[in-house]
Amino acid sequence: MSFIQSMDQIFITLQHWIAGLFPLWLQPAVMAILAVVAILGAFPAIFAVTTVLERKGLGRMQNRLGPNRVGPLGILQPVADGIKSLTKEDIVPFTADGLVHFLAPLVLVTAVFLGFAVLPIGRNMVLVNMDAGLFFFFAIGASVELSIFMAGWSSRNKYSLLGAMRAIAQMISYEVPLLLSSVVAVMITGSLSTTKIVEAQSGFTGIFPHWYVFTPWGFAGFILFVIAALAETNRSPFDLPEGESELVAGYFTEYSGFKFALFFLGEYLGMLSIAGFGITLFLGGWGAPFSFLGFIPSWLWFFLKLFAAISFFIWLRGTLPRLRQDQLMNFAWKFMLPMALLNLVVAGAWRFLGEGWQRWIICSVVLLAAYFLLGRTLMRHQKLGPRSYRYAE
Amino acid sequence: MTPLAGFLIVAALVFAIGLAIALTRRNAILVLVGIELMLNAANLNLIAFWRFSPHAANSLTGMMFAIFSIAVAAAEAAVGLGLVIAYHRHTKTTDLDAMTRMRG
Amino acid sequence: MIHGIGIVFLITSAITVAGALAAALLKNLIHCVLCLSITLAGLALLYLQLDAQFAGFAQILVYIGAVAILVVFAILLTRGAGIPEYRNVSSSWLVSLVIAAAIFALLTWAVIRSFPATAAGAAPGATVQSIGSALMSTYVLPLEIVAVLLTVALIGAVIVAMPESGAAGKSIEKGGAQ
Repeated sequence: MSFIQSMDQIFITLQHWIAGLFPLWLQPAVMAILAVVAILGAFPAIFAVTTVLERKGLGRMQNRLGPNRVGPLGILQPVADGIKSLTKEDIVPFTADGLVHFLAPLVLVTAVFLGFAVLPIGRNMVLVNMDAGLFFFFAIGASVELSIFMAGWSSRNKYSLLGAMRAIAQMISYEVPLLLSSVVAVMITGSLSTTKIVEAQSGFTGIFPHWYVFTPWGFAGFILFVIAALAETNRSPFDLPEGESELVAGYFTEYSGFKFALFFLGEYLGMLSIAGFGITLFLGGWGAPFSFLGFIPSWLWFFLKLFAAISFFIWLRGTLPRLRQDQLMNFAWKFMLPMALLNLVVAGAWRFLGEGWQRWIICSVVLLAAYFLLGRTLMRHQKLGPRSYRYAE
Repeated sequence: MTPLAGFLIVAALVFAIGLAIALTRRNAILVLVGIELMLNAANLNLIAFWRFSPHAANSLTGMMFAIFSIAVAAAEAAVGLGLVIAYHRHTKTTDLDAMTRMRG
Repeated sequence: MIHGIGIVFLITSAITVAGALAAALLKNLIHCVLCLSITLAGLALLYLQLDAQFAGFAQILVYIGAVAILVVFAILLTRGAGIPEYRNVSSSWLVSLVIAAAIFALLTWAVIRSFPATAAGAAPGATVQSIGSALMSTYVLPLEIVAVLLTVALIGAVIVAMPESGAAGKSIEKGGAQ
């Protein structure tokens, strides 16, 4: 193997070497355990880096410095946060439902970690190559709603219950556009397996890649997927269930110490995994963006794309105001669902119109016309004047 | 005891427990929970027979039946719970023994 | 992947039956529904052991992700979340238990007395692609009928559960707000 290929497969080679030290009957178990340990180590490390990035990034966007005391430029802040959350007193309300209150963060973290099992991080680097891998991810994501309800209801607190109900309504509403916008990529690939979806996007025409995001239906699908992913993980601008100015802390008001840290971890890991799936479905997974950049290892491309996606989410959080609950639900059911269904039809038309420049024009025109018509129809009662500025005197 | 018999006995047990829930509990919503358990036990039966049949390699009938049954059960749960909510709005109770008298 | 009755099957079926028993015996309704979710997850694991991947994931997505949440919302909307003020079981509980036990005995007797099946063959290739092509060729009529059924059922459920929006509804609303 050349040097480039050996760098690309370095983790697989390492895994096989360590498993080779064990007897033959134990080797499959050891290989699986090594892959699981790698996931359990890598993604919480990325989570720690994400928290620092978010706080510094949000701080700079709001014209202030972020945390800068712990370590040079504040990059050791997660260590301080970890020590704080481990040593804080664990307060459980007296009337809370003990067992359910204890199990809710565990169910959340378990479900989120299970979702990483079908994420292809690099060439040949997926934990389980399931035939229905994408379906597994969405099924596990649906179980997160149950843990949110358990957290909100077991606290016996009106704010928690209200936050949990809002969060569940939001997650159920946005699950339908999420699934429909990802079905587009599945339809064109012809398989639910995540490795096949990435491999279908790994060709190049000239120097440009075959990523689905560079097609009209893929672009629309990607935008719909990103919006629905933001709503599924309760990120701004859809973070009404956990908005600090609205509901104290929403469904995890009554959690402190390590359980709060587990909720925090689960939420950020959910964001990472759904960003990873967005990259797998539309942005070409571990593929390089230009054919002459293929010497960079595949796992490095995946992590660079993940870093770009996380930075985009943080940028949105610092920029957009929060949506109200009824605005949220209207947006999901009246705008995103029809657009996702139309996207399916357009992708089917793309498949059957044959190669050539006509299908690009037809599909783009249909999608843009639908977007404008639907947007104008839904906004016809809003009286939007020209933008006005008020400055402090 | 073959594996097929094991799966069928588990399905029979879950069916019997679901039947017991539907017949003994007094809250209307728990009756619907029992019905869901019975439907799930029947699904398990279907898939176990599909897996162990000698014709499984070229016919998907058992699994198709189970998938359609899952869809229909979800629809039926939605309608049943809608009915319970409408009844509760009228009489402020979900007690089945009070519902049998059909008063009001 | 079945090689006789293994330890995985025994543990999964123990979890399933324990969840169902807990759903039958607990007083608090929300606890009953959470134990039902455990039962549904155990059943999904049993489907996965039977090489029915699509059915297993569909079970998790539809039942745990939607039906359990639906039941929980119904419990909260009918204010049954605390300890109920009436007795747990209905007045004819002994007869019902006898009936359920009799049905279980009958089914088990039928299973054990039937002639033993052959050992498990190779796993049937139930890939998602074969399911998809079967849905579009052999099973297209049930698919369309289920689609119509789901639409009708959801519209019907919304209409049945919708609050009254006439003069009667307004007076009830006003009375409740004070």
